Amino acid sequence: MELVKSITTPVVLDYDYVTGRAQSRFLRGIAEGRILGQRCVECRRVYVPSRGACGRCGVRTEEEIQVADKGTVTTFCIVRVPSENLSFNPPYVCAAVLLDGADIPFNHVLQECALEDVRMGMRVQAVWVERELLGPTMSSIRYFKPIAEPDAAFDTFKEHL
Amino acid sequence: MTQTDAEHEAPLTAPHHLEYAYKRSVGPVLGRFFAGLRERQICGIRTRAGRVLVPPSEYDPDTGDATTEEFVDVGPGGTVTSWTWVGKPRAKQPLRQPFAYALIKLDGADTAMLHAVDALSEARMRTGMRVRPRWRAETKGEIADIACFEPEV
Amino acid sequence: MRDVAIVSFAQSAKAREIRNEIEILMPVVQEAVRNSKLPRQEIGFTCSGSSDYLQGQSFAFVGALDAVGAWPPIKESHVEMDGAWALYEAWIKIQTGDVDSALVYSFGKSSPGDLPEILALQLDPYTMTPLWPDADSLAALQARAFLEATGKSERDLAQVVARSRRDAVGNPHAVVSGAVDVEKLLAEPHYRSPLRAHDLPPITDGASAMVVVAGERARKLCERPVWIRGFDHRIEPLGLGLRDLARSASTEIAGQKAGVHKGKVDFAELHAPYAHQELILRAALGLGENVTINPSGGALASHPLMVAGLIRIGEAATRIMARRGDRAVAHATQGPCLQQNLVCVLEGD
Repeated sequence: MELVKSITTPVVLDYDYVTGRAQSRFLRGIAEGRILGQRCVECRRVYVPSRGACGRCGVRTEEEIQVADKGTVTTFCIVRVPSENLSFNPPYVCAAVLLDGADIPFNHVLQECALEDVRMGMRVQAVWVERELLGPTMSSIRYFKPIAEPDAAFDTFKEHL
Repeated sequence: MTQTDAEHEAPLTAPHHLEYAYKRSVGPVLGRFFAGLRERQICGIRTRAGRVLVPPSEYDPDTGDATTEEFVDVGPGGTVTSWTWVGKPRAKQPLRQPFAYALIKLDGADTAMLHAVDALSEARMRTGMRVRPRWRAETKGEIADIACFEPEV
Repeated sequence: MRDVAIVSFAQSAKAREIRNEIEILMPVVQEAVRNSKLPRQEIGFTCSGSSDYLQGQSFAFVGALDAVGAWPPIKESHVEMDGAWALYEAWIKIQTGDVDSALVYSFGKSSPGDLPEILALQLDPYTMTPLWPDADSLAALQARAFLEATGKSERDLAQVVARSRRDAVGNPHAVVSGAVDVEKLLAEPHYRSPLRAHDLPPITDGASAMVVVAGERARKLCERPVWIRGFDHRIEPLGLGLRDLARSASTEIAGQKAGVHKGKVDFAELHAPYAHQELILRAALGLGENVTINPSGGALASHPLMVAGLIRIGEAATRIMARRGDRAVAHATQGPCLQQNLVCVLEGD
């Protein structure tokens, strides 16, 4: 009798995901074309997006701060491996963007620039969807693109790597 | 500023659909069990102590010893050792209409296996009743080759 | 063996939370740490229990560390189990002498997913999960086996439910409570025969946290620290057909090893998500009819998965701290039909 070597066991689970207060605030801000963070009452760091807590101090973040939709590329990687569910064609750049006013980088994709031009310190700007298509979803920001500003000095973002 | 607008208090919700297609290698013991199901035959494995475990496993749960290499054909009929009634089946469950989950000790087995019984009505179910497997039209070598069990008439 | 005591405990439970896991957990952790009187940075070890499957996200537990404030870097561990097992790991670490105190916490939201279906993923993936048996169905298989083997009745289950709900009235964390008549309960239809809907645990979102400290220091931090006098856990095979579902052999062994009957038992907090399981556990631990079980209302009143076991230990400790008992047994369970069981014997000075 020829033995069975393997079986396929699909796992399918459905959740009714509730975002929580802090993330709801952030997404509602996105729907208005604004990027909102929250500040820790103890260390004063601004988290974007916020989950309602400061990871260093273990206290709530409540004070709402709007940060700019432009910032500095702190680090990045170039994705070359194809996979299902990608919104962009590889190769493309994933970047950790430190938005002006924020203390933690914001992960997104860079477009409208050559791969070899991407560098730490590069200044970039969010490209949003058309106003009428804005919604409480990260896809309201299509991607980030480089802007004509001088690169940020390493000292200005080295603490955020 | 912190928001106080009542409308902004309602949380945002969204459906989160998680789906993975796992392909699992089964090893020689389950490989033999599933090969048997493909042939519409259920088997167990004998432990060193002489008990027949169904489904077969690599180790004797009582002693931790490896089981022997003796596969034993069991069933096709068996006895229900416990059951419950599912009045509103979930989409992924074995049957569309109300059915029973049951522990079934097949003839020749020393342990019971879990499966579904298409009894058509809860009144038909009782501990000790006899059932036999209903096979899928096209077998593939997996537990669902047994579509369900049904009462033996 | 080092003496280890619980010096503080906090919990939170609600049927359906709009807050995320971090927002739920943070105030609970803060309350436990504050009440321990230990500065957060002095706590030697942090250990948590939770399950990623409740959130549908891998490594979901890592995010919860935001609620704790893991800076400067901390000694930390996690178990994909009820927080009671996180307490066990913390207790072991203290026994090794590596640390002298620990923060233990657990959290989980059961409301976002279909919990009884999600739990089918803890079963044998080759022969059981593909049949997608919901957790309530499996519990019912155990309930029937138990009733038929012991001669206990559905009325006995209804009495457990009525007593639990009545006792839960005084518990601010109960999501189900109130006076209810046994006859009215029995008049309800079966949901998963022989179980009725009220024999099942309520879907609950929650969190809990406790601080444990070794040795004499505990007496300086807490007016009546609650000492862990015995601690053991055992597991049975996964296959339901391999086990005697009418009794809990693993709880019997864990209870003996933990020394349940080395002293008087004033009351017990037993983690019985399903009504029949309380009867199985009472018998397994040899607790007579005169021993009060689940004065908090138990898991039938509030059942945040991954948290309810640690809550049993915390509720027992709180009661002892309040001098409403001196020595108690707390129990936690995990896996289908009481597969794995932990027993913790607690005593105040």
